[in-house]
Amino acid sequence: MMTSNTTTMKYSPLNLGRWLIWSFFALVLIIAPMIFDKGASLSILSQMGTIMIFALAYNMLLGQGGMLSFGHAVYSGLGAYFAIHAMNLAGNGAIWMPLPLIPLIGGVAGMFFGVLFGYVTTKKSGTTFAMITLGIVELVHACSLMFPGFFGGEGGIASNRVYGEPFLGITYGPQIQVYYLIAFWLFISTIGMYAFTQTPLGRVINAVRDNPERVEFIGYNTQRVRYMTLILSAFFCGISGALAAINFEIVTDENVSAFRSGAVLLFTFIGGVGFFFGPILGAIVGIFLTVVLGDFTKAWLLYLGAFFIIVVMYAPGGLASLIMLNLRVAKFGRFKRIFPSLAAVSVSSVIMLLGVVLFIEMLYHFTLESLSYGTERQLFGFTVDTAAPTGWLVAGAIFIVGLVFFRMTKKSFQLVWGDVNTEIEELIKGGKA
Amino acid sequence: MEFTFFSLLNGLSYGLMLFMLSSGLTLIFSMMGVLNFAHASFYMVGAYLAYAISSQIGFWPALVIAPLLVGIIGAAVERFGLRTVHKWGHIPELLFTFGLSYVIVEVVQLIWGRAAVRYVIPPELSGSLFTAYSTTFPMYRGFMMLIALLMLLAIYLMLTRTRIGLVIQAALTHPNTVETLGHNVPRVFMLVFGGGCALAGLAGVIGGNAFVTEPSMAATVGSIIFVVVVVGGMGSLAGAFFASLLIGVMQTFAVALDNSLVTLFGRFGVDFTPDTPGYEVLKLSISDVAPILPYLLLVLILIFRPMGLMGKREG
Repeated sequence: MMTSNTTTMKYSPLNLGRWLIWSFFALVLIIAPMIFDKGASLSILSQMGTIMIFALAYNMLLGQGGMLSFGHAVYSGLGAYFAIHAMNLAGNGAIWMPLPLIPLIGGVAGMFFGVLFGYVTTKKSGTTFAMITLGIVELVHACSLMFPGFFGGEGGIASNRVYGEPFLGITYGPQIQVYYLIAFWLFISTIGMYAFTQTPLGRVINAVRDNPERVEFIGYNTQRVRYMTLILSAFFCGISGALAAINFEIVTDENVSAFRSGAVLLFTFIGGVGFFFGPILGAIVGIFLTVVLGDFTKAWLLYLGAFFIIVVMYAPGGLASLIMLNLRVAKFGRFKRIFPSLAAVSVSSVIMLLGVVLFIEMLYHFTLESLSYGTERQLFGFTVDTAAPTGWLVAGAIFIVGLVFFRMTKKSFQLVWGDVNTEIEELIKGGKA
Repeated sequence: MEFTFFSLLNGLSYGLMLFMLSSGLTLIFSMMGVLNFAHASFYMVGAYLAYAISSQIGFWPALVIAPLLVGIIGAAVERFGLRTVHKWGHIPELLFTFGLSYVIVEVVQLIWGRAAVRYVIPPELSGSLFTAYSTTFPMYRGFMMLIALLMLLAIYLMLTRTRIGLVIQAALTHPNTVETLGHNVPRVFMLVFGGGCALAGLAGVIGGNAFVTEPSMAATVGSIIFVVVVVGGMGSLAGAFFASLLIGVMQTFAVALDNSLVTLFGRFGVDFTPDTPGYEVLKLSISDVAPILPYLLLVLILIFRPMGLMGKREG
């Protein structure tokens, strides 16, 4: 992206842009816990870190390989199980394995199962691949309840991450030390996965995604390319699973369930599958929607699902593509022209959203809680009686105002947006020709 | 004998219900190339609507109205959702229905609550149909089989004997030609999607009270019907039929058998003790492994016959 303006290949020993971006990423990872230091934010940051690795690994398949997998939790979950058993064994003194190396165990375990299951699943591509991976995840999940010795049944396997001699005073008891362990592995894994996109295999998998038939014609075995990518992706999934096991100190059957795979699929797609950093955004937004929003409202899953549908329908490139498109407009100095209509559309969408949220919250309260807690509830600082019509009318009125406003502003925004992007594309073409 | 006979009957009735679900899924898939991930959600919506309607005006009106309503919802989903996504290809379509399945489950919980609802078998169908070997066969099971067979017949007649059925068949293979001949192919798509959802809704109406009507019912049956569709061969209606019956019968037999490898070897005088290596696997009875049998079948089919039982070509 940084070098898209230069068309000729040239020897550049020091890629300054790349160094800047990676140093900035490392800096953000280091100072994030200093900025967000209130309450549960440290544990949320740790969770985000593990999900970022998971989503990036998942995007190796979905974004870079065009393989829609529903069975990804198998690799991270089994990695987590192996990691937690390794922690327990190391805690007993049966094996020697310091905690910072536990993610490697998870990664190797994930990779092993990638070799095993990937052989079956990657025989197919497209929709059939999606269904087979769903079958595999159900298979493993059902097995996890059949073998309580290894999987711990319904209760799962618990462990303690504080074991062995502290190294330089680091015991991994406090959450901050676990955060930095996760941040370290996140940084390493992100570099690893970015490096993968630059390898010949990473390039060929893009080709397999775009046109498998041609790739076959020039002599590649598409099945083997998919298989190898899946194995590598499973390795990073296993790392993320092991880090989650260290973070929570418990692994349950939910870690290998289709629900877990579905969640990471939602996050990745919301973030954007077309860009390398999309899943990172997706993990931030996704964890925010599930963990933070989950504290405020019971309807978080509805919001997550609806948000996902909106992204699929209107912004299939995800948040990353929205950001990059706006950045492109800004780069060509045309942001001023679209800003007024963009702001108008955004404001009206927010009003509309507010109406919908009010409506959903009141409905949730009315149907699920009013019997036990009474019909009144607090919403945005106001007390609303969900049995009386006033609140409903207000919610409806806000929604309709937003909708009318949105309808009015949408057209002019689409017009300006289209104009500006056509101009930019012509400029790019002119520059290239 | 008694056990075999009744397990076979129960398995057939369960398998026929699976077929009611997988037939709609297969029709939609072979027509539009869309794997409707929310198919089992429509099954759940059918059951809940039937519960709501039957508690007001009775079971028999619900048997007709609920599937129609589900069909209308399905058609609306196709018209206002899927058609927008269609231009981006099959994977976004699948993702759209995947997101939809989340939203539907949440909306159902929003309206009917998180606990199971009391959707019961109507009194006129709650007796026993016949008694053989001192075991009675419930009348409702027979009713389920009857409805499923009638539906099978109706689909067959509609696809082969009516004008719209011929258009659908033609649009399966040659959508552009059909469009050139003046048929509105997007509307045919909408009808097929709505019709497939209505079939799922019908399965919900008669399955909801035979089993349990609860928010998790979609997830329970959802992955099984995907197995049915793959095992039968993607897009093959006949394959879906045989795969449904196979899986239905297999599941019903499996949950009732508590033989394990330990008892099998015990017959030949080889006894295992808990100290034997691999005892955890050996002691598992068939009923213990019943939940994984459909998925094992899926994996085996994919290894040995990748096109499925009745599939024509490899996908």
